[in-house]
Amino acid sequence: MTIDPTRPEAASLPAFPVDEAPTVVEAVGVGKVFGTGPGAVAALESVDLTIHQGEFVSLIGPSGCGKSTLLRLIADLTHPTAGTLSVNGKPPGRARQDRDYGMVFQAPVLMDWRTIAKNIELPLEIMGYSEPERRRRAAELLKLVELEAFADRHPWQLSGGMQQRVAIARALSFDPKLLLMDEPFGALDEMTRERMNAELMSIWRRTGITIVFVTHSIPEAVFLSTRVVVMSARPGRISQVVDVDLPPERSFETRETEVYFRLVTRVREALRQDEPADEGPAVTEAERVRNEGLS
Amino acid sequence: MTTASGFLRRASSSTTTVGRPPGHSRSRRFFGIAVVLIGLVLVWELAKWLGGDPWRIHGTVAGLQIDYEHVPPLHWRIADDLSLPHVWDIVRAFIDPAQRGGAPLGVVLAGQAAFTFGEALAGFALGGLLGLALGVLFVHSRLAERAFVPYVVASQTVPILAIAPLVVVAIKADWLSVMAVAMYLTFFPVTIASMRGLRAFDPRSLELFRSYAATPRQVLWQLRLPSSVPYLFSGFRVAAAASVIGAIIGEQTAGVASGLGSAIINYNQYYISGPERLWATMVMCTLVGFVFVGIVNLAERILTSGRYRPVEGLL
Repeated sequence: MTIDPTRPEAASLPAFPVDEAPTVVEAVGVGKVFGTGPGAVAALESVDLTIHQGEFVSLIGPSGCGKSTLLRLIADLTHPTAGTLSVNGKPPGRARQDRDYGMVFQAPVLMDWRTIAKNIELPLEIMGYSEPERRRRAAELLKLVELEAFADRHPWQLSGGMQQRVAIARALSFDPKLLLMDEPFGALDEMTRERMNAELMSIWRRTGITIVFVTHSIPEAVFLSTRVVVMSARPGRISQVVDVDLPPERSFETRETEVYFRLVTRVREALRQDEPADEGPAVTEAERVRNEGLS
Repeated sequence: MTTASGFLRRASSSTTTVGRPPGHSRSRRFFGIAVVLIGLVLVWELAKWLGGDPWRIHGTVAGLQIDYEHVPPLHWRIADDLSLPHVWDIVRAFIDPAQRGGAPLGVVLAGQAAFTFGEALAGFALGGLLGLALGVLFVHSRLAERAFVPYVVASQTVPILAIAPLVVVAIKADWLSVMAVAMYLTFFPVTIASMRGLRAFDPRSLELFRSYAATPRQVLWQLRLPSSVPYLFSGFRVAAAASVIGAIIGEQTAGVASGLGSAIINYNQYYISGPERLWATMVMCTLVGFVFVGIVNLAERILTSGRYRPVEGLL
């Protein structure tokens, strides 16, 4: 659980017993440069991060801090230009071929020619599951995300929040042990978002899945995570890791506790410290207002 | 969990109100067609009234002696009976026998139209498959795209009237060469449409498929083809109309005795003695095109049922 790149052994609170759990994601000195020559942009620099099984890790930071890039590196949707990265002890490409992870994007990305049930079955079809098995799993997952009544509807007939629940069900359909989520609730209104947070929390608890979660929202990161990885921009790097010592049982009331406020403040201050003085606020004003208003 | 069930109930009631546009659009559509048709007939006959040939009705209708003669005030060559037969003459041409003592022209034309339609359909099917296959090839291989697309475009800049005789000489078999000409005109719009359509998927869904470690074949069948359907059908509609023209030109070049192509040549030769017959044949050609495009539309409707349609359109 050594994450701070500048002082690897100094991470203060080894609060979780997940330390002994197997390693799911391990990044050592990972860097990513887009382009070559004078136009090259360093998106990520010397990122060290270890994620253990059963953890819920949020990546938070200003736009351009490379948090999505880091997630896409883990997903093997892009390749690192420096360092080594392993997923379940394998190179990310191997892990992708082995279908080790499920992915949820900011947009639901549902196939509009498929019904909701068939959308959930899509990965199963691609992975060659038998039809009865596909049906059984789709029914189970529709129940998990409380959308049984919409099995035969088409995506356009559902609200944004419901569509995103379908995307989560689809990502879970083939039982991956790792769930990668790239700002999955970023396009939702605050109320739906809080509801989805609570649902994701309960899914995480019930399945024991490892989740890596990219977000812009401080309250969301603190509420959901066991660890919050704070990143800074230009070049993207990990600036601080905040262990979230909230009880594992979390509810709407958790958001009103003292510990929660303290953690939100810690994460916000970690983000503020890294604001580059000459390039304006790293977190946009709108985001700050929204986050302030919530906590 | 009351909030959750309330949320679901609210959502389900709202989805039932989001439906297809009101049902009167169908009758309104036919109303529009009828109004334009009547308008066309009126303009047509007005031109003849003002500048056509003189005409006269005389006879007994319901016991009444009628004798009416109309002499138009002007003389326009394009409005005379040879250039522009009366609408009622064209309608009557369908009923009158095609040959002395034979079946009505309408019946004869319908038979020829069915023959031509068959050829056009065969050309459409093969041309559609070829077009789609080329589209699939081109979106998967940049090299093939660069090498062949200019020739695909060039193929359509050569007049079909120059190509058709070559095809007939090369293939010889009548029916087959007609189909080949129809196919020649058909594959192009389908190639263009499929090249567009097969690339029209949401790029994020390609990442999704990548995360499933999907094979290129699975991406083609589960992502590229389904999302190309709206584009593909735009191409199919153009191709359907083009295949009828291709079949008619093919028939004429190959000298096929049945079909609308020979009917056009035939009634063209005897235009002076019966211009309305050629006009009736032209009406039949458009009907074949209408039916064909209608079938394509129906197929699309069935294939895309349930999909979101932001705007309901005819084509």
